[in-house]
Parts: sequence; C-alpha cells; structure tokens
Amino acid sequence: MSALNAKMRGLLEWVDARLPVSSFWNGHLAGYYAPKNFNFWYFFGSLALLVLVIQIGTGIVLTMHYKPDASLNASGVPVAFASVEYIMRDVPWGWLLRYMHSTGASAFFIVVYLHMFRGLIYGSHRNPRELIWVVGMVIFLLLMAEAFFGYLLPWGQMSFWGAQVIVNMFSAIPLIGPDLSLWLRGDFVVGDATLNRFFAFHVIALPLILLGLVAVHVIALHEVGSNNPDGIEIKKKKDEKGIPLDGIPFHPYYTVKDIVGVVVFAMVFAIVIFFWPEGGGYFLESNNFVPANPFQTPTHIAPVWYFTPYYSVLRSITYPLFGIEAKFWGIVGMGAATVIILFLPWLDRSPVKSIRYKGPIFKAAVAIFIVAFLTLGYLGMQPPTPVRIVIAQICALLYFAFFLFMPIYSRLDRCKAEPERVTR
Amino acid sequence: MKNLLCVLLLAPLLALASESDQHFEPAPDKSGDVAALQHGAKLFVNYCLNCHSASFMRYNRLRDLELSDQQIRDNLMFTAEKIGEPMTIAMRRNDAKQWFGVPPPDLTVIARARGSEAGSGADWLYAYMRGFYRDDTRPSGWNNTVFPNVGMAHVLWDLQGEQVMGEDRKLTLAVPGKMKPDEYAAAVADLVAYLQYMGEPAAPLRRFLGIFVLIFLAGFLVLAYALKREFWKDVH
Amino acid sequence: MDGEKTVNCNRRRLVVATAAVGGVAGVATLVPIVSSFLPSERAKAAGAPVEVDISKLSPGDMITVEWRGKPVWIINRSKEMLASLKKTDDLVSDPNSDKPMQPEYCKNEARSIKPEIFVAIGICTHLGCSPSEKMAPGAESGLGADWQGGFLCACHASTFDLAGRVFKSKPAPDNLEIPPYTYLSDSKLLIGEDKKGA
Repeated sequence: MSALNAKMRGLLEWVDARLPVSSFWNGHLAGYYAPKNFNFWYFFGSLALLVLVIQIGTGIVLTMHYKPDASLNASGVPVAFASVEYIMRDVPWGWLLRYMHSTGASAFFIVVYLHMFRGLIYGSHRNPRELIWVVGMVIFLLLMAEAFFGYLLPWGQMSFWGAQVIVNMFSAIPLIGPDLSLWLRGDFVVGDATLNRFFAFHVIALPLILLGLVAVHVIALHEVGSNNPDGIEIKKKKDEKGIPLDGIPFHPYYTVKDIVGVVVFAMVFAIVIFFWPEGGGYFLESNNFVPANPFQTPTHIAPVWYFTPYYSVLRSITYPLFGIEAKFWGIVGMGAATVIILFLPWLDRSPVKSIRYKGPIFKAAVAIFIVAFLTLGYLGMQPPTPVRIVIAQICALLYFAFFLFMPIYSRLDRCKAEPERVTR
Repeated sequence: MKNLLCVLLLAPLLALASESDQHFEPAPDKSGDVAALQHGAKLFVNYCLNCHSASFMRYNRLRDLELSDQQIRDNLMFTAEKIGEPMTIAMRRNDAKQWFGVPPPDLTVIARARGSEAGSGADWLYAYMRGFYRDDTRPSGWNNTVFPNVGMAHVLWDLQGEQVMGEDRKLTLAVPGKMKPDEYAAAVADLVAYLQYMGEPAAPLRRFLGIFVLIFLAGFLVLAYALKREFWKDVH
Repeated sequence: MDGEKTVNCNRRRLVVATAAVGGVAGVATLVPIVSSFLPSERAKAAGAPVEVDISKLSPGDMITVEWRGKPVWIINRSKEMLASLKKTDDLVSDPNSDKPMQPEYCKNEARSIKPEIFVAIGICTHLGCSPSEKMAPGAESGLGADWQGGFLCACHASTFDLAGRVFKSKPAPDNLEIPPYTYLSDSKLLIGEDKKGA
C-alpha cells in the first residue's frame, strides 16, 4: 500500500517540477484561508460557477443537434425551430438537456443577482476589491449579451421580435445608428444572417471570453482574500505562522459546505426541470412555441424576465432632450442603469463595509432600492399603462438616486463600530 | 420619515392594478386517460390532419398511447407509408396561403403556444373548439369568440351543430349536431388532451423521473449536511 | 486519543459515502449526455427496413433498392446461375463464407435464404465503390472465356461471383456483405430486418 503511495508521491513530484499543481492546490484550495463566518449569501459564487459548467456542458450537446437555419423546411417550419423540437422528441434524452439549458439560463441570472446583492450589502466592492467588482460587472454585462444571443436561437416569435426590437434600438443612435443596425444584423431585418452570427457569438465567442473573465475574477479575489458578512479584513489579525486568526482553509471546510449548497440548488433545479420547466411562462415563454413570423408582430413583446428591470428604465424615458428623441435617451438610460453598478466601489464612501454596521440611512436606501428594482422588473413584464409608466419613472429615479446620492448619504450615515474579530 | 418610507415601500403595489383579463374555463384533465387520448388522436387525424400538419410528431410515437403498430397503420396513418415518418400533409404552403389567406399553422406544439395569464394552452384550445359561431360576414361563414376573425371554418360543425351569437354577446345552439352539447364538450376535451400530449410526449416520463431524482437528492442532502457538520466541528 | 480515532473514522466514512453518492449522481447526469449521441428517431426512421415487391422479378433479372443509404441488389438467379456457383467454389477465397459477412441463415453456398433470390449490399469490400454487374457468362463480359457470371468493381478490378464471393488474389478481402432480411410473403422481401426483428 505504501509502495503505491510512494509511487503516487513520485509522480506528483515529477508533475510539480513541470507544472505548478501542488502550489495551485495549496494557494487556492487547501491553503487559501477564507473567513470562517460565511453565511447563506456566500453560496452563490460557487453556484454561479456550477451553472456556467452546466450551461457549457448541455450547450455542447445541444449544438450537436441544433441547426441555425432560418429557412423553411418542407413543412413550412423554420429549420432552426424544427431542430429544437427534434431535440425535444427525437434525440434520446434531448428534452432533458434542453430543459437543463433553458432553466440554467434563468438560474444563472437568479444566482448572479443574489451574488451581486451579497457584494452590495457586505461591501465586497470596497477597497481592496474594486477590481473584482469591475471584472464581475463586465462578466454580468457579457452574460446579458450571451443570454440575448442565445435567446434568438430557438427562432420563436419572442426570439425574433425581441432581437428585432433590441437591434433596432441601435438605429436610434444619432448619425451612425441605421448603418450600425444593418452591420449588426447582416441584413435589412433580423434573418438567417443574424441567426448564424448570434449562434457563433453564443456558442464560442462569448463563452471563451466569459471563462477567461471568470478566471481573472477568481484570481483577483484570491490575490486580496475574501470579504465576509462583518466587512472586516481578516488579514489584519494573523497568528505566528501568518495565518489569519479568523481564517479557515477553503478546502475542506468550504468545499464541504458548498456541496450542501450544490445539492440544495440541484433540488430546486430538479423541481423546475421535472415539474415546471416552462416556469409559468417565464423560463420558456408560450409565444416562443410559435415559429418566428416576420410579418406578424405579437401583441405583447416583453424581454425575458432577467432583462425586465432595465427594459422598464428604457420605457420610462418618454421625453425628448436636446433635440434628440426619447427613444435614444431610453437606450442611454437603460445602458446607464446597467453600467452605473460598476461604479459602486467609488460611490460608497461609508467608513464601514458591511450593512451590519451601517446606519439607518443606508439600510433605508437599500430597502428602497430593492423595492424599486423589483418593481421595475415586474413592470417590465406588463404592457404599459399611464399609471404604470409613472410608477416606472419614479422607480427609475429611485434606482439612480440610490447610486448617485450614495457618496453623500453614505458619509452622513451614523455607523456603528466594526468588531475586531468576526462574529457569527 | 418612517411614514414616508412606508408609503414609498408600499406605493409600487399600485402597479399591480391591472385590467381584468379574459379567463378561460379550465379544460378537463384527461392527460392520464389513455382511451381519451386515443379518441383525441382519432379526431385529430380525421378532422385536423388535412390542413394542419404535425410535422414534429412521428406516427410511431403513438405507441405511447398503448396502440400497436398495426393499429396505428390501420386507423391513423393516411398520409405516410412508414411508421417512423412524421405527420406531414400534402398541401403546399403557397396553395394554403392562396386558399385560406394564412397557411394553417403546424399544430404539434399548439398546446404549448397558447398559454397566457388567461389560462393554459389546453384551456385556450378547449374554449376555441367550442367557440365557433355562424357569421355570414366572414368568407368561411364562421367566426370564433376566442380568436376573432379566424380564417378557419368550424371543422367539427357536424358534431357540435351550429351556434349563433346573440344580441347579448352569448352563444346559443341554433342547429343541433350529431352530438349533444355535453358529448361534444367531452369529445373536444379528448382532442385537447391529445394536443396537449402531442405538445410534449416526454411529459409523463419527465414527471415520473422527477420524483426519483428528488428523493435521491433529499437523501444526498442529508448525507452532505452530515458531512459538513462533521468537518465544521473543528471550527469555533 | 480514542475519541479522535472515532472522529476520524466517522469523517472518513462520511467522505466515502458522500463521494459514492456523488459518483452515482455524476453517472446519472452523464447517462442522458452520452445517450444523446445514439441515433435519434430521425436517424432510426431513415434507417428503417425497406419493403421490396419481387413479384415481377424474372429469373436472370436484377433490381437495386436503397437501405441505410446503401445500394442493395436483389437478383433472381436462374438455374444456370446457381449451377455456376459450384464451378467458382475453387476460384473464390472464402467459398464457405467462414468470415462473418452474412447473417447466420445465409451461411450456405448460395449465401441466401432461398437459393433463387440473392440479396446483397452492392458495395465492394475493398474501398467502397459500387461494382457493376457482369452476369453474362463467357467472353462477352470481357473477363475471359471462363467467366461464369458475377460482378466487377471498376475501381481496382476486384471480381465477385453470383453469390457475391470474392475471387482469390483480388484487392477486396471479403465477400459482399449480405444484409439481414426476411420474407414477408413469397413476393415481398423486408430488407434490414430478420424474422425475429433485428
């Protein structure tokens, strides 16, 4: 038995001399000291990584059967749409793989939003973690693009008209707009050319960039060490060996804890996939079971649920400014709403990181922000009415106010003293 | 300050005030009734599969409905030679467009396509097939309460009879058909159940597997949690 | 001391158990992925058995049908054609069809279920070209006066007799492949399926 062990050790030494396997294991897993007080909110980073793996795995298999072709087959159905139904019926277990991928897309955004929220409340964006936050925000933006490109692929009515609307948005940019839209589409309307290039972006271009950025994100994190719910820096209190007093090695403690998180996630994931794959029309929209028809606009086009807060902001801007139509400012507003989150590290001037030690102003601001964000999300799914537009406008203002006034109210706030050592 | 906060937090509830939506009567759930599904398949093939294709559905999938290959061949296969072929139709798309204005859509996933806040796709279909009434202003002579100005005629008129729209915007049966109203409703329910099955033939297997997957994961959770607790004894 | 040992034992047991259950979960997740590589219903339908009506096939005639994208020859062999097989027994490299190029029920001299009706896949066993028929015996086929009738592959000059058996010293290593087939009736063949349903 120990002869085998000796051989394994020898093999490891051989590899280590050529590839930093052991130092990677020690630096990032067995020897990476994370704060011992991670709570529920700290599951979502590893879950996001899991969902990325699920999407890539199921995506690869789906690509073996999917055909990005907008032309009509012998039965008058677009080939792309037909290939999805082919997967659902004719490919062994295709239905399961498809549902995993469609549910995975929504799961990705749920997990990522919760992951970002954790960052917001515990100050994970503060010094020295600003770059982790910035890289994370770029990942978020690219994830939205990835989802947008992927959504066109089933070539249903919502796929087609959603893409048509969004690409047409670019035509509102002064001077270059219409040409830009033509260049993006590859044709005068969303069609086969658009479908094929979105396929290329979705399947290879963006996943490669996303994987690279996720690696950078984790490397940046490991460089400075993780934050924690108390928002204090555990590296300030080390023992004689240089190990943070409040730190525990990621492996085995957080590997073991994350397994529990993964299993709970798997249960929720399984409930959706096996019993509720359409998600009440939010994960798989009814109208997307109608093949794309360029001559028939659906009565009610709404983006997928994870885009609705930003869509709401876009719709809420109804006044022209500086001689440019409201349509353009709506796009600017939507872009601003996504990008402003990136600046959080420089907007938050509070002396403490974590909401646990911040004062009532910040807590109220966060509460209002959550309500505004969720309301914008809900409104984005509904057809607009005069009352709803006003509420959306108010919520959009509150949303921006949360960020723009933060430098002021975060300094005015009456904060509590941070502890020296982490609490529960 | 606190009052203002409360008002601000609750104000968005105003957004929930919506216009009253149409709500369909729920279609009877016959998804487990094999006899109903077989009857629905028969109705579909005989009445629908002339103008409407179901090009994603293969004839041999009907084995799910406890039908033998011979039964499928004898009773349900009129347009194909081999049992592995899909339910396509001979009518060409351009001809269909000329004759009907809009080519009759493929019906394989129609039950999934018609879902909305007003009800499930099955509910929509159940209301639609019972909502035809005579309307001489329309080229086909028929209109429909669920789908105004639809291009489709009432194919099942000989079973249901002819309904007319009264001044009160309600339908009454002016000319009886071969079936009594409740018999017709039951037949439509069978057809709708078949369409729902055809929309997702994997659905029964999916639900069946889901139970086992969840039981397995529940057990796994207990084990994983025990493992976590064991290791975390070291901490604190 | 002892407490620590039970703790370690417990820990090890839990790790092994979790790893085992996790392994089961992993395999269960792989099953759909790997299975999805198998032929789909569309592929299976396209590869489905083909019915052939041979009521009009007279002795000496040959028809070609398609099965799984491959040409399948059906020949009604005359008495002379069947007699010629005895003459080619010494000239072919595998006269008794020892190599598995045919179903069990075709492991006979005529390489068929009924001697008159010959069914074979018309693809040369060398590199896949489709041989042409040279069924006329004698010099008129251009293969010498002793030619008994059979097939010639134009690509590399392999020859086969009227039971699809490859001649000695030819590039092709094997006899022509015989597909599974069965008689639905005296005048109807089903190519691609055995009686038991392959």
